[in-house]
Amino acid sequence: MAGSPSHSVDLSQAMIMAPSSPSDWLIISPIIITILAGAIMVMLRSKPNIHAYLATIAMAMVVTCELLLLQNVLEQGPQSMTMGRWMPPFGISFTVDAMGALLAAVSGIVALAVCIYSSLDINYTGRRLGFYPFLMLLMTGVSGSFLTGDIFNLYVWFEVMLISSFGLIILGGERAQIDGALKYAILNLMATTLFLVATGLLYGVTGTLNMADIALKTTLLPPGAPMGTIGALYFLAFAMKAAAFPVNFWLPASYHTPRIVVSAVFAGLLTKVGVYALIRTLVMILPESREQLSEIMAIVAALTMLVGTLGALAQNDVRRILGYLVIAGIGSMLAGVAIGTGTAIMGSILYAVHSILVMTALYLSLGVLIRMSGGKYSLAELGGGYKASSLLSILFLVLVFAVSGLPPFSGFWPKFVLVEAALSEGHHWLTFAILISGLLTSIAMGRVWAHAFWRGGPIGTEDGRDAAPLNNLVGTVRARAFIPISVLTVFVVIMGVMPTPFFGMAQAGSYSLLRPQAYTQAVFGEVIKQKQEQHKIMNKEAESKNEVDKKEEGSHQ
Amino acid sequence: METLLALLVGVYFGVSVYLMMSRYIIRILIGVAVLGNGVNLLIFTSGRLTRETPPIIPEGSMVPEVVTANPLPQALILTAIVISFSFLAFLLVLAFRTYQELGTDDTVKMRVAEPENEAFPPVSY
Repeated sequence: MAGSPSHSVDLSQAMIMAPSSPSDWLIISPIIITILAGAIMVMLRSKPNIHAYLATIAMAMVVTCELLLLQNVLEQGPQSMTMGRWMPPFGISFTVDAMGALLAAVSGIVALAVCIYSSLDINYTGRRLGFYPFLMLLMTGVSGSFLTGDIFNLYVWFEVMLISSFGLIILGGERAQIDGALKYAILNLMATTLFLVATGLLYGVTGTLNMADIALKTTLLPPGAPMGTIGALYFLAFAMKAAAFPVNFWLPASYHTPRIVVSAVFAGLLTKVGVYALIRTLVMILPESREQLSEIMAIVAALTMLVGTLGALAQNDVRRILGYLVIAGIGSMLAGVAIGTGTAIMGSILYAVHSILVMTALYLSLGVLIRMSGGKYSLAELGGGYKASSLLSILFLVLVFAVSGLPPFSGFWPKFVLVEAALSEGHHWLTFAILISGLLTSIAMGRVWAHAFWRGGPIGTEDGRDAAPLNNLVGTVRARAFIPISVLTVFVVIMGVMPTPFFGMAQAGSYSLLRPQAYTQAVFGEVIKQKQEQHKIMNKEAESKNEVDKKEEGSHQ
Repeated sequence: METLLALLVGVYFGVSVYLMMSRYIIRILIGVAVLGNGVNLLIFTSGRLTRETPPIIPEGSMVPEVVTANPLPQALILTAIVISFSFLAFLLVLAFRTYQELGTDDTVKMRVAEPENEAFPPVSY
């Protein structure tokens, strides 16, 4: 046996000898907590009423860990932990830089808000069918995608996310849900399979799966390597996940069918994970392919923005309007990737943060309105929201301004940065597309506010005089509905009024993406240190040997 | 050998794309299954092929003595097989349920979530 004591094995050649520090454990804590919480809830499936409390506690822990992690990353640069003591690139690394930590923290906050809200929307049957375990496992997939440093591992987290999203989208099993879920499931599965194809080819070319290692090796490839093909495959796969224009049709077909909290989580998180993966692969590890694809990406981005906003204008169902706005937001983020300068990537990251907060808050507040109006969601039938709840209509108006990109709310700054980056790089028509999409969004959402909140009642009533008043929420139901929406809206306002810390974080993110030295250093630093120490020991041994030899030589003379 | 397998992967992809462009769910699902297998073969091929030397370290030795087969693609394929198998199982059940609920296998006729003659939004204000 190789492990028998007769062989003296120097494990430090192949393994990390130093134990992981507590701050390293922080990197994978969101995954550990959510997966454990999900498993515990599955075991407690006969008591679905305590699931909501467990989920809220677990998400609160995750948010705490992610905020601590974000602080660590901002202070000390990218952090890395490699599983199973194997040295990177052989062990699976979890590596987190400012972009990953920021998006993970924001998505954790959003998921916590959804946990608090969900007790309203998810009835006993929904809990019984496993809404909360699925939500926890979805968050495992989302946090795992943001935190991993290994491209095959990213694929695995995508699949974790996908299978739990199937569970959530089908929850309840109504006819429209099944119809939407089928399209969602098949097209998303094709997208992740394309991602796997690209990963297989990338492994064939570089011989490694560790993202830091790939980023190092792609600079040394021979000229004939098919990097353009691999980049294009990644672009297609993640554009499909993110619902960019020619491959976006699954989103408006499915996002309005599940329960409104499920739509809120999906709209906030899933497409943004696609954008995150696109930025990670094309900007950090395959920068040359990004340059080749830049022109196509700019066209796709502009068309996505236009299709999204025009689609929103043409809809009568308020949930579908929001679905199209998710698509329009993806276009703005893609515009940043297409431009590709430091400022542009910073704009994309800021837009992702803004979009996660605003889209979730919009879906949740529409959920309250739909509940108050007794399950109506056609724009023609809604009305009287302001009379029923002025707080909700004010919160909604703030969100409308934010999603349209009007100051002083969160949507203004990302658009401002993107427009500036586009103008300084000479992308004039892309600038035009960003601005026109803002205008069309404000028309579409302004109309929603005017119809659903401002006017007195639905079409046919004389400005609300004979309209039946909406049922206002009362007591704890009201608190559970309004606390999450208010908290998310407060974040939206803070990001608009005091953008400096968000700019700093996004800038750190884009810096580490464009210059991945700090990222690779975080992954391989430990290895290099260990190797250097070995060399020192070996040199010392060699020196002492030399001295002994010299002495021996001296004694011989 | 690699060229042969690469061509086979191409055939798999061609078949699956052809099937997935169909309007009928069951054909699309067969296409998804074929695509999954094509990808597995692609990963296997891109890990380079070495025959008849399994990656086992002989007794008494610390490292493999000859060039062995690459074990990593097999680990990747194993993961991918498990995932694609479970997804296919889910999708088959979902497709069957869709057929029961909507009474059709034709995606063009599945218009429950997106009704055909949807009303336009109000133009007042």
